[in-house]
Amino acid sequence: MKIVLLVLEAGLRDLTRNRWIVAYGLCFLLLAEGLFWFGGTGPQVALSLLNIVLMIVPLVALVFGTIHMYASREFVELLLAQPVPRPQLFAGLFLGLALPLSGAFAVGAGIPFAWHAGAGTGGGALLALFTAGIALSVAFSAIATWIALSTEDRLKGVGLSLGVWLASTIVYDGLVLAAAAAFADYPLEKPLLGLMLANPVDLARMLVLTQLDVSALMGYTGALFERTFGTGLGTSIAVATLAAWCAVPLALAARRFQRRDF
Amino acid sequence: MKRRLLLAGFVAALAAKAPPLHAADLVVGPHAPYATIAQALTAARRGDRVVITAGLYREATLVVRTPHITIEGRDWPVLDGESLRTVLIIAADSVTVRGLVLEHTGVSNLDDRAGIRAEDVRGCIIEHNRLRDNLFGIYIQRSADCIVRDNEVEAHGASQTTSGNGIHMWYSPGTRVERNRVSGQRDGIYFEFSPGGVTTDNVSEHSQRYGLHFMFSDSCRYERNVFRDNTSGVAVMYSRGVVISHNRFERAWGSGAYGLLLKEILGAEIRGNTFSHNSIGLYLEGAVRMKVSDNDFVQNGWAAKVLANADENQFTGNRFSGNAFDVGTNSRTATSTFDGNWWDAYRGYDLNRDGIGDVPFHPVRLFALIVEKHPAALVLLRSPLVAVLDAAERVLPVLTPEALVDHHPQMRPRP
Repeated sequence: MKIVLLVLEAGLRDLTRNRWIVAYGLCFLLLAEGLFWFGGTGPQVALSLLNIVLMIVPLVALVFGTIHMYASREFVELLLAQPVPRPQLFAGLFLGLALPLSGAFAVGAGIPFAWHAGAGTGGGALLALFTAGIALSVAFSAIATWIALSTEDRLKGVGLSLGVWLASTIVYDGLVLAAAAAFADYPLEKPLLGLMLANPVDLARMLVLTQLDVSALMGYTGALFERTFGTGLGTSIAVATLAAWCAVPLALAARRFQRRDF
Repeated sequence: MKRRLLLAGFVAALAAKAPPLHAADLVVGPHAPYATIAQALTAARRGDRVVITAGLYREATLVVRTPHITIEGRDWPVLDGESLRTVLIIAADSVTVRGLVLEHTGVSNLDDRAGIRAEDVRGCIIEHNRLRDNLFGIYIQRSADCIVRDNEVEAHGASQTTSGNGIHMWYSPGTRVERNRVSGQRDGIYFEFSPGGVTTDNVSEHSQRYGLHFMFSDSCRYERNVFRDNTSGVAVMYSRGVVISHNRFERAWGSGAYGLLLKEILGAEIRGNTFSHNSIGLYLEGAVRMKVSDNDFVQNGWAAKVLANADENQFTGNRFSGNAFDVGTNSRTATSTFDGNWWDAYRGYDLNRDGIGDVPFHPVRLFALIVEKHPAALVLLRSPLVAVLDAAERVLPVLTPEALVDHHPQMRPRP
């Protein structure tokens, strides 16, 4: 445990030193406060923030995470020369990435909402938004760690991260749209819901939308989505799947770290 | 003989027109001259006033057969239908009913029981009454020029089939419905075959079905009413020359719910209304030559849906803000026009600073069209992909559905 904390501390010091993480948190702070400044009500700000969260959080977690992991390579090699258990070293390393990322998001976006006392946003919606942001930070940090540990070539690793980002935020939805158009004659609602579970970005979006933007979802088709994701059971399934999206890449990365010959 | 008959007829006609000679108060109550309302109604002459003092009255259905009388409650007497019958029937012209509490008609599948029913009369006035837990609240049937105002109508029907309408007009032209509050009925306010009605300043909420429902009622006016939290919103059908202005249509949520549904309506004016938090704010189906101006569409799923069979409708000076979709349509060609509206989604510029955007605005986004065609695609609402599609539409206008264009989008919302 002591080693986890030591490595974590080293990671945190490293991150704060290059100020990236501070800028990242500040970026959310300014965006959220700016949206309030321009006369947005709480729900409108949360909706606009959702769009940014869905794009930026995975991008930063992936690219920044991969670079950070490559940068800690020598530090890891140095520590591994000591009698240090690998799982603890990995835990410290990963937390040193995931904690600051999710922390910067939560604090940066959280301060304006706290300052405006929610500004009319429902508690459920806020909880969903911050759960989504933090879960995306953790999940994509884990994916980034896995990528960095699996690829020797840094350029290739960063490229792969960008590819994952593009695929999960845009390409995947494009394919879903194409599928919706191609199989329009079939009852598609339920298969599409299944597809939403298979992508953390879509999952996070649905989780927040069912709490926030219900008016559009109350129509014939939307009602089904709302009923599926909006109920206690649906929300639990969504949260559990989102947790799995954090756990599975993390387990893969941990295994890779355990077996890897540095 | 014939002359005498004619004379008698003439005198009778004069008497009908003439003001009442003297008006007496017939007081009803446990310690009053009349113990039951029915006795007082039988004794009442033209121009009299039946005053009902406070108390609980359980009598067989009361029928008012004397014209030009006033029935007035003092300190809210309660007339109870004991879940068995209609409480009060107005069957004479120019009767005024005020200050009564009418309750518990009970549910029947055979007759439309009502708190107050007006049948085949002219000029009745029903005002300041409280109607509680009735199948129908106020039922005006084959009557002309009645006034229904300042009543409170409240029911808690369990379902559409076991509840009736709050204020119901059937074949009754020229009815005025003013300042009533209706809640929990099947349809809050209902007009059928009743042209020329004026409905103002009412609040109709929590209806099992529609807040306002009218069909085959031409030349009616609906102003400054509030319709909110009604299961299916408001529906108006098969009428022409209707004016709907300065009403609020709020929180009609659900798959069959519309802030305002217009079906087969010709030449109506929809002006200065607010549509907020509805699944679909304004729904036009087969509605032709509507003037939709100066309305606020705020935070709806779809602000307006204009189907392909809704022709030559004009949208001007409206404000669209915070809607998931501004305009939806099921057609790429449409004859409706949008001009001089304010859209929160407009990203154009105004070089000559005349307050009108220099770039036309296309309110039907590509994604809205896709969703219309493939409803399941709604799962992608607010996806980054949709943001990319929107950006692409701006860069490549070829993608944009040409169907509906606002050539003069306003730079600022109207104050």
